[in-house]
Amino acid sequence: MDQTTINFIFVGASFALYFAIAVWARAGSTSEFYAAGRGVNPVVNGMATAADWMSAASFISMAGLIAFVGYNNSSFLMGWTGGYVLMAMLLAPYLRKFGKYTVPEFVGDRYYSQTARIVAVICLIVISTTYVIGQMTGAGVAFSRFLEVDNTTGLIIASLVVAFYAVMGGMKGITYTQVAQYIVLIIAYTIPAIFISLQLTGNPIPGLGLFSSMAPGNAGGVEAGVPLLATLNELLDDLGFNEYTTGSSPLNMALFTLSLMIGTAGLPHVIIRFFTVPRVADARWSAGWALVFIALLYLTAPAVGAMARLNIITTMWPEGVESEAIAQEDLPDWFQTWEVTGLLGVEDLNGDGRIQYYNDASPEGQAFAEANGLEGNELVTFNRDILVLANPEIAQLPGWVIGLIAAGGLAAALSTAAGLLLAISSAISHDLIKSVINPGISEKGELLAARLSMIVAIILATLLALNPPGFAAQTVALAFGLAAASLFPTLMMGIFYKRMNSAGAIAGMLAGLISTLLYLFLFLGWFFIPGTATLDSSQYLFGIPPASFGPVGALLNFVVAYLVSNATDEPPQEIQDLVESVRIPRGAGGAVDH
Amino acid sequence: MAEKPANNNEYWAANIRLVTICLVIWALASFGFAILLRPLISGIAVGGTDLGFWFAQQGSILVFLVLIFFYAWRMNSLDKQFGVDEE
Repeated sequence: MDQTTINFIFVGASFALYFAIAVWARAGSTSEFYAAGRGVNPVVNGMATAADWMSAASFISMAGLIAFVGYNNSSFLMGWTGGYVLMAMLLAPYLRKFGKYTVPEFVGDRYYSQTARIVAVICLIVISTTYVIGQMTGAGVAFSRFLEVDNTTGLIIASLVVAFYAVMGGMKGITYTQVAQYIVLIIAYTIPAIFISLQLTGNPIPGLGLFSSMAPGNAGGVEAGVPLLATLNELLDDLGFNEYTTGSSPLNMALFTLSLMIGTAGLPHVIIRFFTVPRVADARWSAGWALVFIALLYLTAPAVGAMARLNIITTMWPEGVESEAIAQEDLPDWFQTWEVTGLLGVEDLNGDGRIQYYNDASPEGQAFAEANGLEGNELVTFNRDILVLANPEIAQLPGWVIGLIAAGGLAAALSTAAGLLLAISSAISHDLIKSVINPGISEKGELLAARLSMIVAIILATLLALNPPGFAAQTVALAFGLAAASLFPTLMMGIFYKRMNSAGAIAGMLAGLISTLLYLFLFLGWFFIPGTATLDSSQYLFGIPPASFGPVGALLNFVVAYLVSNATDEPPQEIQDLVESVRIPRGAGGAVDH
Repeated sequence: MAEKPANNNEYWAANIRLVTICLVIWALASFGFAILLRPLISGIAVGGTDLGFWFAQQGSILVFLVLIFFYAWRMNSLDKQFGVDEE
């Protein structure tokens, strides 16, 4: 059986499973559509949250981000997990107690203002739409690589699959499909990692293997008994790369980590997952379970990164860096598979029939080249995104593992896309249609409106992914920046600062929103149109890069909100009572059901 | 809901204390040991590198996990202690 057939079987089987779940978990009421009827077990919700949260970026890109940078990119590991501590202690249980369906609804009720609610809806839609484009694009790429259909067809298939189970099941269908998707993606991610860790270090747990010593019998002239990270550092040193474990500018790293943490805590599609559990106590446990399931991947990812980097070097220098590099005709098969995609490329610059991989941009690398007669790094292209996808091939694992990776990558992209689409459609049907446009709408009408908004959101996301606006990378910074600067502080103050009033909250939200947008546009181009940036990186305020601006925007939000709120009247008594009631769990069971 | 305001205030103060302690540990494990204080603990060797690197790629995540479960367990018992738990 050829590889494409195997991939089809794995992907097809996983899709059949999602369809079956969708039919079984149809939503019959708005409560089921928006919050899965609030009957989800906390462990199950934790698993669904993990799939909801771990996107194509976590599954496909993160290990590569760490592999090619090393220590400095630990920010992604800490940032994308540390945000859960904030969410678990500062937001999730209270918002569950509040007992409504959407994040803007809390903002609107707590600040007794439709304006506040609409500003929150705008933030939510900008955040979720930019985020969903990346998921659809990721799904399209996975389709075209593994199933050999073209990108557009792949994207359309992916949209139809999501449309089927998300429109039919709403939050209920999405929750149980996400559980299945989590299982698929975690197996796909860890199996190759376990094999590679065993091969290199003899330790079956990748997170422990990362700090173990090299096992005997590895290629590349590496010595058994020397720690893996020391081996990697030495090889990188020899080839003129930065050491793997050495960092630079700790302050920047801390700020970037903080911006990812606050951004994570403020992402509406993750927050609404905590509305599905029966009780406040369950929301607390559920956040812990979510992090358990996320950590299974996040503790493995750094090992995957370091081990893949080591494997690449020892593949290119099979006898060690002091000997000859690999001959072009000896390159392993996976090189050919990936060269076709253009994501991997070699070029014999000095015409010696061998492919030398080193860092031609550093003085050490240039000295190495001079001593060995090299004319530039000959591994000319190595897209970091192929690292996880090619991992089973690099480790020479059987074909079914590759099929599993295909299904896993799609599961990661689709589960996140579905969660985002639900956040968008519920904001439209519940916060705009039901609350602003047509308050008299019946339950049945609202359910229909929710389904129709979902379909429109899917069509829009597909169109945007087909013609990506060419700023995909910047939009991630935008999503996290806005979540950190606008939603997180507003939600937090709504719970922890009883004196916060409507004027303060709106002024704060706008201050965070506008300052963050302005900073991003000034340095990355107006509306991200290339070439329209007003300022360049030498003019960063206090040297803060745009991707790290979130905490500054959040601080502005807090300060402006505090000042404006204290200059205006305190919120009415019933709002202060609302805050009191959100703070204590008692009474959540009989929560408000419109 | 808010029948016993004094009691509720004490409950809330206890919650704030607990959150503060947890967030100090949260910051210490990530921004502290893994980033800013890494040079201070660089003498402690772990698997070919130093303890700070371990915190950055493994330890901080494990600390986060313990913190969330500890918080959930403490809060759920505080709920009962102050009589504000869900029946």
